[in-house]
Amino acid sequence: MALDSVMNPPSVPPRLDTDALIDDRRTRIIVCCGSGGVGKTTAAAAIGLRAAERGRHVVVLTVDPARRLAQAMGLSYLDNIPRPVDTGFPSGGSLHAMMLDMKRTFDEIVEAHADPDRAAQILANPFYQSLSSSFAGTQEYMAMEKLGQLHRTDEWDLIVVDTPPSRSALDFLDAPQRLGRFLDGRLIRLLTAPAKPGRAYMKMLNAGFSLVTGTLTKVLGAQVLKDMQTFVTAFDTMFGGFRERAETTYRLLQTPGTSFVVVAAPEPDALREASYFVERLAGERMPLAGLILNRVHVPAATRLSAARSIAAAETLENHEVPNGDAEAAAPPRYALAAGVLRLHAERMQLSVRERRVAEHFTAAHPTVPVAEVASQPEDVHDLEGLRAIGLSLASRPARG
Amino acid sequence: MRARDTDWEGVRLHVVTGKGGTGKTTVAAALALALSYDGRKVLLIEVEGRQGLARLFDCPPLPYAERKVGIGPGKDGRTGGDLYALAVDPEGALLDYLEMFYGLRHTGQALTRLGLVDFATTIAPGLSDVLRTGKATEATRRKAGGREVYDAVVMDAPPTGRIGRFLNVSVEVSGLAKVGPVRTHADAVARVIRSPQTAVHFVTTLEEMPIQETLDGLAEMRGLGIQVGGIFINKVHPDGLEEAHLKAAAEGRTDEAEIALGLKAAGLADAQTLAAGLAIELAEHARNVALQERERRELAAAGQPRYELPAITDGIDLGGLYRLAEVLRDQGAA
Repeated sequence: MALDSVMNPPSVPPRLDTDALIDDRRTRIIVCCGSGGVGKTTAAAAIGLRAAERGRHVVVLTVDPARRLAQAMGLSYLDNIPRPVDTGFPSGGSLHAMMLDMKRTFDEIVEAHADPDRAAQILANPFYQSLSSSFAGTQEYMAMEKLGQLHRTDEWDLIVVDTPPSRSALDFLDAPQRLGRFLDGRLIRLLTAPAKPGRAYMKMLNAGFSLVTGTLTKVLGAQVLKDMQTFVTAFDTMFGGFRERAETTYRLLQTPGTSFVVVAAPEPDALREASYFVERLAGERMPLAGLILNRVHVPAATRLSAARSIAAAETLENHEVPNGDAEAAAPPRYALAAGVLRLHAERMQLSVRERRVAEHFTAAHPTVPVAEVASQPEDVHDLEGLRAIGLSLASRPARG
Repeated sequence: MRARDTDWEGVRLHVVTGKGGTGKTTVAAALALALSYDGRKVLLIEVEGRQGLARLFDCPPLPYAERKVGIGPGKDGRTGGDLYALAVDPEGALLDYLEMFYGLRHTGQALTRLGLVDFATTIAPGLSDVLRTGKATEATRRKAGGREVYDAVVMDAPPTGRIGRFLNVSVEVSGLAKVGPVRTHADAVARVIRSPQTAVHFVTTLEEMPIQETLDGLAEMRGLGIQVGGIFINKVHPDGLEEAHLKAAAEGRTDEAEIALGLKAAGLADAQTLAAGLAIELAEHARNVALQERERRELAAAGQPRYELPAITDGIDLGGLYRLAEVLRDQGAA
């Protein structure tokens, strides 16, 4: 390793210019992704609002927003329909917002791809109900599906999507394919393909088939197995259409009109996820706009380091050591100053830690533009709060 | 003999949940350590395949086997106990289940190769949940030589958003199986989870969203007839500031001159400007403290025992874990 790469100060990342991104009419889709609990939904809503106020016709697709944030945008329940949001700001643009109802979205696809009888049969099947309401990837899959639908209507010139709160940021990209792979899986084919004589490998499969069905019947019970087979058979006929849709949306995400924004808090876990995501997007040739570093703590007095602040606090605290009893009872003159110095030291330490993890990210991904949003004392619960975040995204960071 | 009872006498299965990012895994591990005293044997179970426990205890990734990872703190008239850990994955749990109830280990392996586990976890997460909760209840009830093998089992459970579904196994499975062996198994698991032997603890920080999720989760557990345990308030920052100073700062009445005087006395240059900056930081902090007080009151209204855990800065390590375990013990959680 070259010595000067160790000696040189950490590189400063290019700045993510969110205003340039939303002002560029060629930007048609912005996908906000990142691990859970980093403020993804808030970032998506803030970008959407700012874009609308800069003249775009925007729809924000959110998945599972916090109650107060939903209320801030005038959404009170899941209804799968984009609702207009009154921004109270004449701009020539417009803002719509919607919350994803994954089960309804799934039901609608089934209804669109199967004849009424078969659709009814699928919708009533216990395995379909389980899959559509609780499959670990259904939410991701349906978010992609809804994004494709919104795009096809061509009613909006900018769609801002907030990805589901997955454990891993990558689930969003993987879920549709995982569902596809699963439905193409060997076990499924065993369950759906009754004995077809002839080829040798089919014989093997048939031997496997009776082993599987025998065991499953024993362990799950005959009714469960029957429901499972009914579901898989019914689903199989429409699955081609399903996969086609998923692939179309996937390709849409690779077009230049799409921009991914990775959201992370300045913490090791969140930035590790962000790193994986950045690498993955590059691998999939999906366009990355940059990283939003959310909830950054910025002390007001950065010139006094933590170490000097602690030393000063100690000096003051030693001042207070009483020489006699009379003084011990007196109110300590410097308690306030010592207290704020300790507080400042803690903030500086936190800030230094955050800076360090951010630098690690930039060292690994020096070309990824970064925008910072300062930590807010309260969660956003009105449009004013969203506007403030949008503004904070657009302005240069406080420190150089 | 111990001087006092702990808050959770009689509870043998501790389920720990919380919003992502609140430190659920850390608190589960600290609680398990705190419960490992006086020769007691405790099992800490992880169910989400993240190997978070291995990272915490600084050991190689945990296999699907119960492995000793630590010794509880012996202090204040208590001696240490043994802490074991287990990472449950649905595949291992399925093989376990097939072997235990049907003697079908080899068939199980064949099925796994065919993608049965993938199938079960994809199409019917309820099935994979019942396998994982089933492993925890099995360990809780396991006996050898006429007594229970583990004195307590602590489960690092899925986050609050999914905990109801995860624990409500018999209902989740009954949608899929009205009768049959899986249903019978699920019902047996559900009986343990709804018994007084099980309590669900919630981990939160003093922030709006985690608190809202905690309160929603508490209500959900009560609705399901599952015993609610304690509320573990994590990452609390003590500040050492006086009440009067905080109150003044919250109202924008900070005495900057007083701060400047102190800064000057400490030998810092440009005391005036610095004092103004520090006063802004104090005001922000005071607003936070006021918000946190409001949030504490909200949590208190839930009527469950509460424990406060200090923020461990610079990352949690084994030493930090022991410190948290002691804090929990001092507050009566174990």
